[in-house]
Amino acid sequence: MEKTFKITTLEGVHARPSALIVAAVTPFTSNVELIYNGKSANLKSIMAVMTQSIPTGSVITISAEGADAEALMSKVTNVIISHGIGEEC
Amino acid sequence: MLEINGIAVSNGIAIANAYCLVEPTLSFEKVEISEIDAEIERLKDAVAKTKLELEVIHESAMLKFGEEKAGIFSAHLLLLEDPEMFSAIVGKIKQQVNAEFALDEVSTMYINLFESMESDYMKERAADIRDVAKRLLAHLLHIELPDYSRLSTEVIIVAEDLTPSMTAQLDKQYVKGIVTNIGGRTSHSAILARSMEIPAVVGTKTATKNIKHGTSVIVDGKSGKVIVDATEEVKEFYLTAQKDFEQEGQLLHPYISLPSVSADGHHVKIVGNIGTPEDIEAIVTNGGDGVGLFRTEFLYMDRQELPNEEEQFTAYKKVLEKMEGKPTVIRTLDIGGDKELPYLNLANEMNPFLGYRAIRLCLDQQHIFRNQLRSLLRASVYGNLKIMFPMIATLDEFREAKKLLLEEQQKLIDNGIPVSEKMEIGMMVETPSAAIIADLFAKEADFLSIGTNDLIQYTFAADRMNERVSYLYQPYHPAILRLVKMVIDAAHCNGKWVGMCGEMAGDEVAIPILLALGLDEFSMSASSILSARSRIARLSKEKLMPHMESILSLTTAKEVEEYVKNILI
Repeated sequence: MEKTFKITTLEGVHARPSALIVAAVTPFTSNVELIYNGKSANLKSIMAVMTQSIPTGSVITISAEGADAEALMSKVTNVIISHGIGEEC
Repeated sequence: MLEINGIAVSNGIAIANAYCLVEPTLSFEKVEISEIDAEIERLKDAVAKTKLELEVIHESAMLKFGEEKAGIFSAHLLLLEDPEMFSAIVGKIKQQVNAEFALDEVSTMYINLFESMESDYMKERAADIRDVAKRLLAHLLHIELPDYSRLSTEVIIVAEDLTPSMTAQLDKQYVKGIVTNIGGRTSHSAILARSMEIPAVVGTKTATKNIKHGTSVIVDGKSGKVIVDATEEVKEFYLTAQKDFEQEGQLLHPYISLPSVSADGHHVKIVGNIGTPEDIEAIVTNGGDGVGLFRTEFLYMDRQELPNEEEQFTAYKKVLEKMEGKPTVIRTLDIGGDKELPYLNLANEMNPFLGYRAIRLCLDQQHIFRNQLRSLLRASVYGNLKIMFPMIATLDEFREAKKLLLEEQQKLIDNGIPVSEKMEIGMMVETPSAAIIADLFAKEADFLSIGTNDLIQYTFAADRMNERVSYLYQPYHPAILRLVKMVIDAAHCNGKWVGMCGEMAGDEVAIPILLALGLDEFSMSASSILSARSRIARLSKEKLMPHMESILSLTTAKEVEEYVKNILI
């Protein structure tokens, strides 16, 4: 399953937002990828997320596959919105 | 027994074992291995140990400094357990190399990747990876890294130098004393040691060479002596001295609730300097009349990004509420000089103290400044806030800073957010130019606060961090006293008040002179408040004033000091 977000936090997906998102998805068993600018990164890897250097205003897609994909998606959506990192498109 | 001499910067006597902050060297060779699985196990074991270590550090940082500052360690935990990095290291090991080499190759690759990124902020993240890789490597090599935030017994910290942020992290419960190789009376670690009331001796040059980890050390923060492996006799002597020091504190105790007034009934304010909202406790327990200087830069240090408006607002509100309506002077960001913010990625300068710092930086990077001004304005309704700008050299700078403040104020009012109407806007007088035209500034500023540490270094053109020219740090010099008099007279002529928030304000020799010249507010380390109040209570302003003409005509600092000691006190 997939979901698209628009990044609204002024600093872009810097260390703190990356850490929040990665920590949120790590406990799940599903595979999860972040797609930005045609490039895909493992959303459980803070290095991979940070090296994408996603600025504010960008549109990203999160794609999850696996047994608990649905729960993962609702958790990550919650984190992105409640911490003001981005909004659903 | 060995005696080392240094500069006494924070009074008191401490006796404990040495804790040496020395970074061990982590060296290794590239080794070809055949047992791949065993090597991967070794890596997993090191990751597990590092994880445990980071969790403990994270936990204790949470308790001590709160979630925000501890956040750096949860980021480190994520880096440590990063699946991509881990599998990259395992991939290298499978090419039959030892774990140390594989780790180094992979972490270096990531460090280079981050350092080559466009955003300055991302470049800084390389340091986090380096830090995590270092911990991991130390565990692979079975070498213990020193960690002063995990102390569990009383110690004397021995180090080459302590950065301001390191000093701010020290746990007062366990750190009984500080000894460093370099530094001086006004270095920031010294100022912080005083505000935390930890005895400290700096500038010993040889402490790290001569003091072994775990040996018994005595720190005499009054004379500047550090005694290693003291004999029973000497230890006995210092235990008595320690008791006397505590007793002296008892004698000053009654002054906590007494007003700050001279023998002839002249009232002044004796207030404290603080670096963090927590420091306010010491001002309250010492009965300070308010805060004369809140160095807000500490809210910006020791972190990865600028503090947001909300965080700052909370800190200012806390200080204002704790002061319960007593005057609280908050200085806007004074960064640059010896206080750096890595995440601003400022270029190195030949003369940082003469360079891009304080108000110069704030007027240039207005988003940082406006953010702080908004937080301050929003907090202004919770107490008696006075804002002052640092390092003002020209009227243009003061006018521009004040204009930005008023713009932010108007915006808040337009949005229906309450701000205090009677907030005073003042400035630091710490450049000779500001002192010379203090009469012009006094027409536009609500108050002036003399920052002597910088005023002295700029007047004598002598770097206060440079030990070879430290003899030029002369607070009693007639050149300084005349400037101070000019500033006080100029302010009073315009009906404004004058404070002083440098080290000089709490100095035994300077106090009689400053009282006679008419200084209104003396701002100092919390630990000096009571002794300053007791001194002023014994002095008569009326009787001191006729001596000022003679003092200002003396030719050297030494003559001034002798005059004051022999005739005035």
